[in-house]
Amino acid sequence: MESSQGVQYVRPTRGQAIRQFFAEMPLTARVGLAIVAANLFVVAFAPWLAPYGETELVTDLWVPPSPEHWLGSDHLGRDMLTRILYGARTTIAIAFIATLLAFVMGIVAGFTAAVVGGVVDMLLSRLVDALMAIPTLILALVVISVLGTEVAILIAVIAVLDSTRVFRLSRAIAMDVVVMEYVEAARLRGEGLWWIMSREVLPNAVMPLVAEFGLRFVFAFLFIAALSFLGLGIQPPLADWGGMVKENASAITYGLAAPLYPAGAIAILAIGVNLLVDYVLARSNRSAAAEFEG
Amino acid sequence: MGGARLLEMQALRIEARRADGEPFRIVNDLDVTLDRGEVLGLIGESGAGKSTLGLASMCFARPGCKITGGNIFFDGTDLRTLGEEQLRQMRGVRAAYIAQSAAAAFNPAKRLNDQVTEAAVRHDVMNLAAATERAVELYGRLDLPDPSRIGRRYPHQVSGGQLQRAMSAMAMACGPDLLVLDEPTTALDVTTQIEVLATVRDLIRNNNTAALYITHDLAVVAQIADRIMVLRYGDLIEEGTTEQILHDPGEAYTRELISARTEEINTKVFAGMPEKPVLSIAGVTASYDGRVDVLKDISVDIGRGETVAVVGESGSGKSTLARVVTGLLPPHRGQVEFDGKRFSPALKDRSKEELRKVQMIYQMPDVAMNPRQRVSEIVGRPLAFYFGMTGKEREERMFALLREIDLGPEFADRFPGQLSGGQKQRVCIARALAADPELIICDEVTSALDQVVAAGILKLLDRLQSEKNLAYMFITHDLGIVRNIADRTVVMYQGGVVEQGTTEQIFTPPQKEAYTRKLIASTPEMRTDWLDEVLRERGDLFEIDATAHGQS
Repeated sequence: MESSQGVQYVRPTRGQAIRQFFAEMPLTARVGLAIVAANLFVVAFAPWLAPYGETELVTDLWVPPSPEHWLGSDHLGRDMLTRILYGARTTIAIAFIATLLAFVMGIVAGFTAAVVGGVVDMLLSRLVDALMAIPTLILALVVISVLGTEVAILIAVIAVLDSTRVFRLSRAIAMDVVVMEYVEAARLRGEGLWWIMSREVLPNAVMPLVAEFGLRFVFAFLFIAALSFLGLGIQPPLADWGGMVKENASAITYGLAAPLYPAGAIAILAIGVNLLVDYVLARSNRSAAAEFEG
Repeated sequence: MGGARLLEMQALRIEARRADGEPFRIVNDLDVTLDRGEVLGLIGESGAGKSTLGLASMCFARPGCKITGGNIFFDGTDLRTLGEEQLRQMRGVRAAYIAQSAAAAFNPAKRLNDQVTEAAVRHDVMNLAAATERAVELYGRLDLPDPSRIGRRYPHQVSGGQLQRAMSAMAMACGPDLLVLDEPTTALDVTTQIEVLATVRDLIRNNNTAALYITHDLAVVAQIADRIMVLRYGDLIEEGTTEQILHDPGEAYTRELISARTEEINTKVFAGMPEKPVLSIAGVTASYDGRVDVLKDISVDIGRGETVAVVGESGSGKSTLARVVTGLLPPHRGQVEFDGKRFSPALKDRSKEELRKVQMIYQMPDVAMNPRQRVSEIVGRPLAFYFGMTGKEREERMFALLREIDLGPEFADRFPGQLSGGQKQRVCIARALAADPELIICDEVTSALDQVVAAGILKLLDRLQSEKNLAYMFITHDLGIVRNIADRTVVMYQGGVVEQGTTEQIFTPPQKEAYTRKLIASTPEMRTDWLDEVLRERGDLFEIDATAHGQS
């Protein structure tokens, strides 16, 4: 469609743009944003928010919720709320760093495979296939039990395993982009691999990758929870949500709700992140459609 | 002509919303009438609302559009009062749609027959056996080879022209009263276009089907339409019989449309073969897979400041030749010389300076520019890359380049999605100019554009050539353009050069080569009897098809 004459295009100020962004957000996205923001707030200020110390024994084991202990206590008599607030720190921070690493590795390898193609693509793709052929949890269990349960190793293992999926996605997206003539034009200009990856491909892949980041973050975080549950994740006395579910699991048999609190925290964050991701995806689809309508 | 009224749209209004939420009218209170057996041509540039209007005849609006006013009477019934289910019963049976891209309209995973018969069977018009029989009959009438068996093929197993005809068969399967044809031949080569045009026309005439024929090419619609409506921005500019519109247009805009096709942009006077060509392609043979040669022993020279047109239908190897020149496809025999020096065959072995001298402009400006880069980046990058320009210097040069292509500085901040087709192509030209090249390869640069816009681009290229002494290698299948802009012409067919010479030599009858003759005869001319004339001469002109293509 031709642009209509006489209509002056006025660029909105940053403040207006941000206000409009929030005004357009549907309720689900706002809920998601609120959950994520609250979690980040807890990550930043856990020591100030927590009523007791992380490893402080304050009362009997598994006391029910009371005004002193809003969520009761855990299997050693530590304050459950305090543990959850501190647990947010370890769990979310580790998951975030691991996912970030996975994305850096996956995107660089995926884009390289798509842009260079040929033998490089084949080698990288087959390597990833081989890694993906082994069930993730089993591979992680073997590697971690051999190398030890330090946090750095945990992060590295999760990052490597996760990066295979990121590789697949970013390679597929980049494959669609590299056939475009603007990439050919860049090649004809003599641009190097790094420019093509970072300036021609990445801007066109950013939206789906951001959406995927949200999902992979949740997976990483559930994966840590699963590892902790199996005793190979974050080691006590450090608090983390997955480990807390495991430690308190037997309370269920006595009809106590103790393990449900950390499990609930995991569920709420996962839901919050997904609501936000859904919104980012819908938004990117809509802007693509708007571009198409011209 | 004559007969009962089939379609009557009164004060039809269709609205859509812009990205910023503002509503605007795509079709602005238009009246359209169509009798049984009549063909109405809808003409206009993109954005004129032709396709929207065509779909509205079946009471259908594309997502994002809405029919907000007026009536649509189809055979006496107001379609706007019908429910979705009743409309569904009518669409595909009583009114059918033929789209521009047959490849996009067919499901690649299903055989042609399954898709051609689908509407008839689904709507209980006939059973599968009868529908298949009808399909075979239609294939025959549409001149498809081997009608009884071609339906068993998959879409990718037939050529583009054949697929377009198969889509016509799909539309005709239920014997509709109304056919909406939306640019059905625009994506085809001129030689294929003739065949499709002729068969579609016969089909419409024999069945007394009414048709809306949507196109931006007046010469094409002149062959098929009884009446023409010229549209622009959703408004009716002018309506009349085909003869009247062609020979006695009332409105300035219609005249502009007609002249865009016939206007002489620049009568090229051939200055003689340059002594030292800037580009010299010598004995190039190339293939993609190492077995089948898609280029066979090609030798072409291009002089400084000269335009050489490379013409031929798709598959003739024109674009492959460009890939060899740019180094994307190293030839396995022969070489490319630039300024007397041998170019490395492969792109990666060429120096920055060598790359700078040869620039390229593409057919589809939409995909030739990164949608996530602003115009300032797109044009500014070659300046930084080749000349190391930064900051203020680069910005000033970028604005100067925008001025050269007649775009104001306000365009610098825009993304390609915010430009019109012609503006996009201009930015692509600016990007090529930014490298200060000696040769620009223009690959079908106007074929995706409307004629008026295309004429503007050609004028711009011509002006730039005389200012900067640029050489152009102009790849196209549109011979109408070639005649106006090229100094010399190279005719290619199936990977080889059929003949080359000055444009005058090539175009002045009698042509030595049958293929050249066929190509020239296939370019639509702005008169109503052109198609009949070509078809009459078809016998000898089209023999080359049978001998060269085999069964294709």
